[in-house]
Amino acid sequence: MAVGQPTTQPGASADWRAEHGLRESATFDRATIHEIQRAAATGVYDIRGWGAKRPLPHFDDLVFLGASMSRYPLEGYRERCDTDIVLGDRHASKPLHLDIPVTIAGMSFGALSAQAKEALGRGASLVGTSTTTGDGGMTPEERGHSRLLVYQYLPSRYGMNPDDLRAADAIEVVLGQGAKPGGGGMLLGQKITERVARMRTLPVGIDQRSASRHPDWTGPDDLTIKINELREITDWEKPIYVKVGATRTYYDVKLAVHAGADVVVVDGMQGGTAATQEVFIEHVGIPTLAAIPQAVQALQELGVHRKVQLIVSGGIRGGADLAKALSLGADAVSIGSAALIALGDNDPALEADYRALGSAAGFYDDFQDGLDPAGISTQDPVLAARLDPVAGGRRLANFLSVMTMEAQTIARACGKAHVCHLEPEDLVALSIEAAAMARVPLAGTDWIPGR
Amino acid sequence: MDTLTPRTADAVELDLSGVGLRETNRLLHHPEELTGTTVTISHPQGAHSVAAGLDAPLVITVAGHVGYYAAGMNQQATITVDGNCGPGVAENMMSGRVRVRGNASQSAGATAHGGLLIIDGDAGARCGISMKGVDIVVGGNVGHSSAFMAQAGRLVVRGDAGDGFGDSIYEARLYVRGRVASLGADCVAKDMGPDQLTELAGLLEAAGYDDDPAEYTRYGSARRLYHFHTDNANAY
Repeated sequence: MAVGQPTTQPGASADWRAEHGLRESATFDRATIHEIQRAAATGVYDIRGWGAKRPLPHFDDLVFLGASMSRYPLEGYRERCDTDIVLGDRHASKPLHLDIPVTIAGMSFGALSAQAKEALGRGASLVGTSTTTGDGGMTPEERGHSRLLVYQYLPSRYGMNPDDLRAADAIEVVLGQGAKPGGGGMLLGQKITERVARMRTLPVGIDQRSASRHPDWTGPDDLTIKINELREITDWEKPIYVKVGATRTYYDVKLAVHAGADVVVVDGMQGGTAATQEVFIEHVGIPTLAAIPQAVQALQELGVHRKVQLIVSGGIRGGADLAKALSLGADAVSIGSAALIALGDNDPALEADYRALGSAAGFYDDFQDGLDPAGISTQDPVLAARLDPVAGGRRLANFLSVMTMEAQTIARACGKAHVCHLEPEDLVALSIEAAAMARVPLAGTDWIPGR
Repeated sequence: MDTLTPRTADAVELDLSGVGLRETNRLLHHPEELTGTTVTISHPQGAHSVAAGLDAPLVITVAGHVGYYAAGMNQQATITVDGNCGPGVAENMMSGRVRVRGNASQSAGATAHGGLLIIDGDAGARCGISMKGVDIVVGGNVGHSSAFMAQAGRLVVRGDAGDGFGDSIYEARLYVRGRVASLGADCVAKDMGPDQLTELAGLLEAAGYDDDPAEYTRYGSARRLYHFHTDNANAY
């Protein structure tokens, strides 16, 4: 949402308002009033990028119980704490071996510039992890610069090609994403350039609405048959992931496993999007924190926890979030928004550019407009050229390394020789909500609400 | 392998009930291991994903009924199913030619980018859904929501079309000889000019039919919903 030009009159500060006894409504706050006015003026709902912005119970509401009397820590710079993982060894003859348990989430060429896709591939490859295509097919740049590339299989099937399927390292069947469970992709005309249109077999410049249902299967029984078809086409080489937006996660994960998934990806409501209705982003889906224990329970009950790997995404911002997700039972996390920020999204150095668009550094989310001054969420060649894929890739690799080292720091403090050895017993919650959702005790108590 | 019986110097029979689906498809993906380029797949018994993922100019006959996704994502191969097909026959086909002698269930030719799909009998719902360049000729009727979100390519229906025909269509071109139960959003009847008559005649000829193209009506996108506008909200 564009916030309009900021007020610059002297004295127009929050203090000035408080001094005059002006009280802002918690119900009709300024953003709400602005949205009503915007809707009245334009007659269209607000579309934006990014994920849920409202405060939610999240990983910040959990803390670790480091080692002390009864637990033995590992020496920080002397004893190994491994981070490598294997994804998809249940059925696939060529599972993925990642050096770190952080992958790059699916983001389309179209939503992102070719430079951004290349930078994501370069960054991920530098630290030994995978990146993922999106709702727009696989580009040669992306394949070429990604050592490990996951190919998304989406309802729209834009650019879907068996050659690319065979060139992929894994296949991710996408049922939904956390930002909009039950919704399809959206790419507005500004970003449907000649190349994007050709890849999607669409007219140039139209507002593109992706399907939200797969065209040739319905429900979990059909999905089983579909997954087997994908395996047959690729000669049972590729791991097959199933990605769901977090809603009825316990049931969805069970059904995904029954359908034959090698890996289940669960994306919470903080997960980002390139363009979705604001009402969808903020009001559909459940927080990442609430989804993980449901997914783990489903896997454990089926006896496949750690055999069918769980990747969690949606609001993962650093090593602490990574460590907490792993502790709750995930095998890996996926990052999207954080990766874009590492590339240069919402950089304060671009403040003047963001202001010119009616936004501000730290607030910019109008990815659908294709005017991104950072050259990431755009198809404008001049803007896109602002992003150096090599330098961007380096920044992403740096960030991924920091995330990993942070998680190792925590894991060693908890006495773990592998970051995936972290367990729920290492965590307590700081709020009742987080305790209930994450199913760990409220700090200082043995109380898990609902247990 | 005893179940892999050469018929003539150039003909191979794969008995699916003996060879198994995995080995059958593996061999079809490695045609250099076959003794010929003409293959009969016998006893398919409704199996799914028969002859899926081919990428070679093989000529294949499937002798019987098949389940889901027969000839899925086909490239180059000419595949004839001597029977009925379950959902998603020739889904996402890229090239080649697939012919169904019987009927096809829903989502026939879904999202296919190229090649020619011929269904001599009827096709179920969603025939040609999200088609992206394929040509589809249906000898009989098609079910509801056929050519839904059809992006490119041509769909010819020699019989009738069900409800919601061509809903949210993009640039695909549709030809129907019989009655259309109802048109979907943004799909309209269009004039048949000389170019369309020639195009349709070519498609019918390629599929082995000799109908008079003048008996057909052309349908396509009115292009009214290509951009969001609040006044169109009721159209979706």
